[in-house]
Amino acid sequence: MAGLNHYLALSGLLFGIGATGVVLRRNLITMLLSIEVMLNAVNLSFIAFGRFLGAPDGQIIVFFVVTVAAAEAAVGLAIVIALFRHVESLNPDSFRELKG
Amino acid sequence: MAYNLILFYAFGAVAVAATVLVIAQSNPVYSVLLLIASFMALAGLYVLLDAPFVAVTQIIVYAGAIMVLFLFVVMLLNVPREEAVAGEIEAHESGSARAFGTLLTILMGVELAWALGSATRLGGRFAGGQRATAWTVREIGRILFTSYAFAFEATSVLILIAMIGAIALAGRHLAEKKPSPISHPQSPITAGSDKWPG
Repeated sequence: MAGLNHYLALSGLLFGIGATGVVLRRNLITMLLSIEVMLNAVNLSFIAFGRFLGAPDGQIIVFFVVTVAAAEAAVGLAIVIALFRHVESLNPDSFRELKG
Repeated sequence: MAYNLILFYAFGAVAVAATVLVIAQSNPVYSVLLLIASFMALAGLYVLLDAPFVAVTQIIVYAGAIMVLFLFVVMLLNVPREEAVAGEIEAHESGSARAFGTLLTILMGVELAWALGSATRLGGRFAGGQRATAWTVREIGRILFTSYAFAFEATSVLILIAMIGAIALAGRHLAEKKPSPISHPQSPITAGSDKWPG
């Protein structure tokens, strides 16, 4: 039987991979995907805590996190499209000027 | 209940492998598809954790809607490879910035190790409160619309604001009426028109 520690360790591992992706990759789309990975790692720990506490609140918080992730993805991708239209690159190092 | 542990390791291995490959890919299309595989494995883990509603939500909303949005943008922007900004990064990278970054990385590693260590100590404390059956959608819906009603309504406002923001950010060129540099002349889709096909 997989206990709470198993799930928390997996969640920490996935969060670490996501954080590594945000730091290492130089592509805005992959960085946004890494943020989604981190959100999912946190979701997993929420569900695991809710399961092992016998409470439904973990699942409901995950519901809200998914909503926030959808909003974040929509706005983030809109920003990526707007940036790409100015400078034809997805490399965050190429966005250095505040003036459009 | 040994099958539970076996399934946990199987799903966990798929999730970790797919997520590592998401980070390692240079083509964003593969990254998005691998992330969908990772989300499927996570949905399996949610089923193991007696949360079938969240598992289905994960597949429908995350893999079905959000990842399709990502895929759509990747296809729209049509930049398959990650290009390097040649030699410009090293120019303004000082030694102190490097030291500061290393310090922050070490701090974060220590913090993660500490968090995981204390989680290991917590593990035994949660063993008692388990429910025999999974929470049904009916129960979750009742709690969502009573205890969490305000948060639920606030979420609808959040979605509305995100929608307005996304349209305002990505659709600004429609108001400006100027030709967009995004339409590559070599692209077969936009070759015929000088306007953004939106």
